[in-house]
Amino acid sequence: MSRARFLPLIVFAFIVAAVAWRLATPKDDRIASKLEGQKLPAFALPPALPGKPGLTSADLAGGKPRLVNIFASWCVPCIAEAPVLLDLRRRGVAIDAIAIRDKPEDVAAFLARHGDPFARIGSDDRSQVQIALGSSGVPESFVIDGAGVIRAQHIGPIMPQDVPDILRTMEAAK
Amino acid sequence: MKCALFALLLIAAPLHADSSLPPSRWANEQLPEARQEAAATALMQELRCLVCQGQSIADSDAELAGDMRALVRDRIARGERPEAVRKWLVERYGAWVSYRPPLEPLSWPLYVAPIALLLAGAWLLRGRFRRRR
Repeated sequence: MSRARFLPLIVFAFIVAAVAWRLATPKDDRIASKLEGQKLPAFALPPALPGKPGLTSADLAGGKPRLVNIFASWCVPCIAEAPVLLDLRRRGVAIDAIAIRDKPEDVAAFLARHGDPFARIGSDDRSQVQIALGSSGVPESFVIDGAGVIRAQHIGPIMPQDVPDILRTMEAAK
Repeated sequence: MKCALFALLLIAAPLHADSSLPPSRWANEQLPEARQEAAATALMQELRCLVCQGQSIADSDAELAGDMRALVRDRIARGERPEAVRKWLVERYGAWVSYRPPLEPLSWPLYVAPIALLLAGAWLLRGRFRRRR
């Protein structure tokens, strides 16, 4: 009986430890796509604005790795990411984009204001391709190798400190 | 001064994190066929919203949840079975996206715990009854 007296205290200590652990290492709310390492699902998106081609899955299996940026003109972190994408473009990364739930005039205004590093932009106005890719928000980026296989997913804006990692992944995808 | 600040707060527009496009067709519209709509609704209540994690896509007002509802209704209207749609989503987002956890080694505690607790309770009670006698 004497040892059982401490049982509630031990249970309490466990609860405190569990709470302290979760406070110290918060839960990661990001949802990673399970398609990493798999073939890109087939899709065909119309152009997001006149004068630039749309995006199909066939465009992403052309023998060279490409970065696919999922963005939107109404997305605030995408503005922060824009100069970094321009920098990646300058370093020779081929970038395509999928514009989520966007209007052509809004996309045009966004690109005019924040720069346009994209070779192709597909318009996904019902988020259906976004869901097919296992993406859960904007901005997100996928590294696709020359065979059309998803090599990596970057969740959230690509920030300057992420550039070396992206360049390394692009290099490895060659 | 305080009043003026509060008045400003009332007219301040919240930062919009939503697009300017209207909701997808089938996001908030029922399928014409009742049986299909019932199947779609049952599935939507068991799929987790990717934005407001913790709500089902049936309950969530997030745009992505609306587009997921549209996807579910689209596919069910095309004759796909609800379980096939669930599987398609789980392939993309993991078992996390479904509120019905699969029976796999990782989720065994989930199914075993209630039985174990019941047994432990019975064992405790047994001790109690024996002492009474």
